[in-house]
Amino acid sequence: MAKIKTVKLTKIFGPSPERALTLLSQGKTKDEIFNQTGLAVALVDVSFEVQAGEILVVMGLSGSGKSSLIRCLNRLIEPTQGKVFIDGEDITNLEHNALLELRRHKFGMVFQHFALFPHRNVCHNVEYGLEIQHKDKAFRREKACQMLKLVGLEGWEEAMPSQLSGGMQQRVGLARALAIEPDILLMDEAFNALDPLIRDEMQNELISLQNRIKKTILFITHNLDEALKVGDRVVLMREGQIVQIGTPNEIITAPADDYVKRFVKNVDKCKLLTAQSIQVPAVVAYSDDAPRTVFDKMQTESLSCIFVVKRDNTLQGMVRIGSVETAVSRGDKTIASLINSELPTVTATEPLTTLISILAKWHWPVPVINEKHQLQGIVINTGVLAALAKKE
Amino acid sequence: MENFSIPKLPLDDWIDAGLDFLTENFAFLTKNISEYLEKIINFIIDSLMFFPPWVIIILFTLIAWRLSGRQVALFTLIGFAFIWNLRLWEPTIETLTLVLFATFIAVLISIPIGVFAAISKTAYRIIMPLLDFMQTMPAFVYLIPAIPFFGLGSVSAIFSTVIFAMPPTIRLTCLGIKQVPKELIEAADAFGSTKRQKLFKLQLPLAIPTIMAGINQTIMLALSMVVIAAMIGAGGLGGEVWRAIQRLQPGMGFQAGIAIVILAMILDRITQKIGQKN
Repeated sequence: MAKIKTVKLTKIFGPSPERALTLLSQGKTKDEIFNQTGLAVALVDVSFEVQAGEILVVMGLSGSGKSSLIRCLNRLIEPTQGKVFIDGEDITNLEHNALLELRRHKFGMVFQHFALFPHRNVCHNVEYGLEIQHKDKAFRREKACQMLKLVGLEGWEEAMPSQLSGGMQQRVGLARALAIEPDILLMDEAFNALDPLIRDEMQNELISLQNRIKKTILFITHNLDEALKVGDRVVLMREGQIVQIGTPNEIITAPADDYVKRFVKNVDKCKLLTAQSIQVPAVVAYSDDAPRTVFDKMQTESLSCIFVVKRDNTLQGMVRIGSVETAVSRGDKTIASLINSELPTVTATEPLTTLISILAKWHWPVPVINEKHQLQGIVINTGVLAALAKKE
Repeated sequence: MENFSIPKLPLDDWIDAGLDFLTENFAFLTKNISEYLEKIINFIIDSLMFFPPWVIIILFTLIAWRLSGRQVALFTLIGFAFIWNLRLWEPTIETLTLVLFATFIAVLISIPIGVFAAISKTAYRIIMPLLDFMQTMPAFVYLIPAIPFFGLGSVSAIFSTVIFAMPPTIRLTCLGIKQVPKELIEAADAFGSTKRQKLFKLQLPLAIPTIMAGINQTIMLALSMVVIAAMIGAGGLGGEVWRAIQRLQPGMGFQAGIAIVILAMILDRITQKIGQKN
């Protein structure tokens, strides 16, 4: 079951939004509806699912409805139409007190401009959510210290928010959200107000933190690099509608339309493309094959080298056409003695940057293997170039 | 032409009739309250006068020092000593008591009203024009209906002073709460705060500096009204001025006037700094 699921979520700002709904069903655009009725259409039929333990990034420019979307999930904004399910429970009709309970226990929210309470010190800020739940003082204090330690702010308990730098303030924001032990973290452009170096650092920390805490995270950003770096999956939004949902690799390699393409154009692909996305299937030989058979195979496929595997696809090494040819004339029985096992290998998640540096020294294809040392495919230098060329 | 003249609306008669009705039915109650209040006020004045002036002066100087620093403390010391020297100590204590008492009641009523105006739009729409009315109505007018309810003397003075001095605290409480950034309210909401928790844990604490500015204004208005209320027998420094007018003694009038100015400055400086501190 999905942790979060939205079904045809629609949000219209302004009085009597039914007018906009009718116009939407007639196929009018957002601008047309605004000019005609003065109603602002923020979300149109947004449906997606977030699995438990996943980081889903919602990415879009300002005005794309991403902020409204995240606020519809805990009903800080009431959806006009559509349903939101949390753990399979429809929360769109929850009455006020049940909604407060839901917010108290299920959601931790982190804000773009931190939204720390300026009259409370760091520790009391982190305690806020627990205070609201009427938890006792000692418990609150202990939990807060624990969370501050988790985000690397040990020893800053008594400082006031105004004494901290932006990055530190956002760590407090994160600790405050985590203190209530929520299942779901809602992060509303959480790192966008930070300067680039700190932002990068915080992204890395979020990723490593996520490995330990395994929350379901909905992360909002207007920065595609950030989306692709942080997200397990990315939802691209435009004018209140979903344009594409996919893994970072899918977004880069197969942009759904020109809009996405325009975004992807400026992404530094070297860091994001991985061996998996550019590997090609390998033609293989077995070590007990006769040199003649292997030579013929290489001739037909016009290969200068071939990878040798065991029957279970475990990589043994590589043989070159020159040595196979010699073996044929020598009359060897198998190619076993020709195998060169000293060769670089990569895994599927290896980024393009490392592949390029390997291919600069190694003039043969690079095999891609899995954790069992089984051959998955190969990366050839033309493949790398082709992937880079797709940029333009 | 006279045949066509539109008859005058008997607004004055209506108000009189309304006030008469209230006086007939409620005066026994207000007169009772008045008696008790009068006793309390006199008790405070008597206890303050029981001590020699220099004790009170040093006490105020210390308070000023604690709350607002050395400069204000020094000013308080010199100011009060000067008043004592002018032989105006007793009327000053009377005025001070009336001001602080009226301010206390005004603040007690104003803050809840201000909170209410900030939270409810309907309340805001009703309260704001009422405040305009209260502030623009000439201060003297409040004195007239106070007499039938509370009789001549200090309670009537306090009644009209409270009404006259409330608006700034109401307005600034409302403003202070409304000024709390939306983001912070949203954060509090996201954690599942109830309205009450939001008010006491977030909105009121953040509004304190603004509310203090309102209280400072209320004290200043209370002082000016207490002086005017001398006309209905409130006594104090206003009484000294009033007597000087009747006897055409400009020297005595100015002397009391200067004492009022000094008292105003002391109260203003002390309370202003409290607001800034927060």
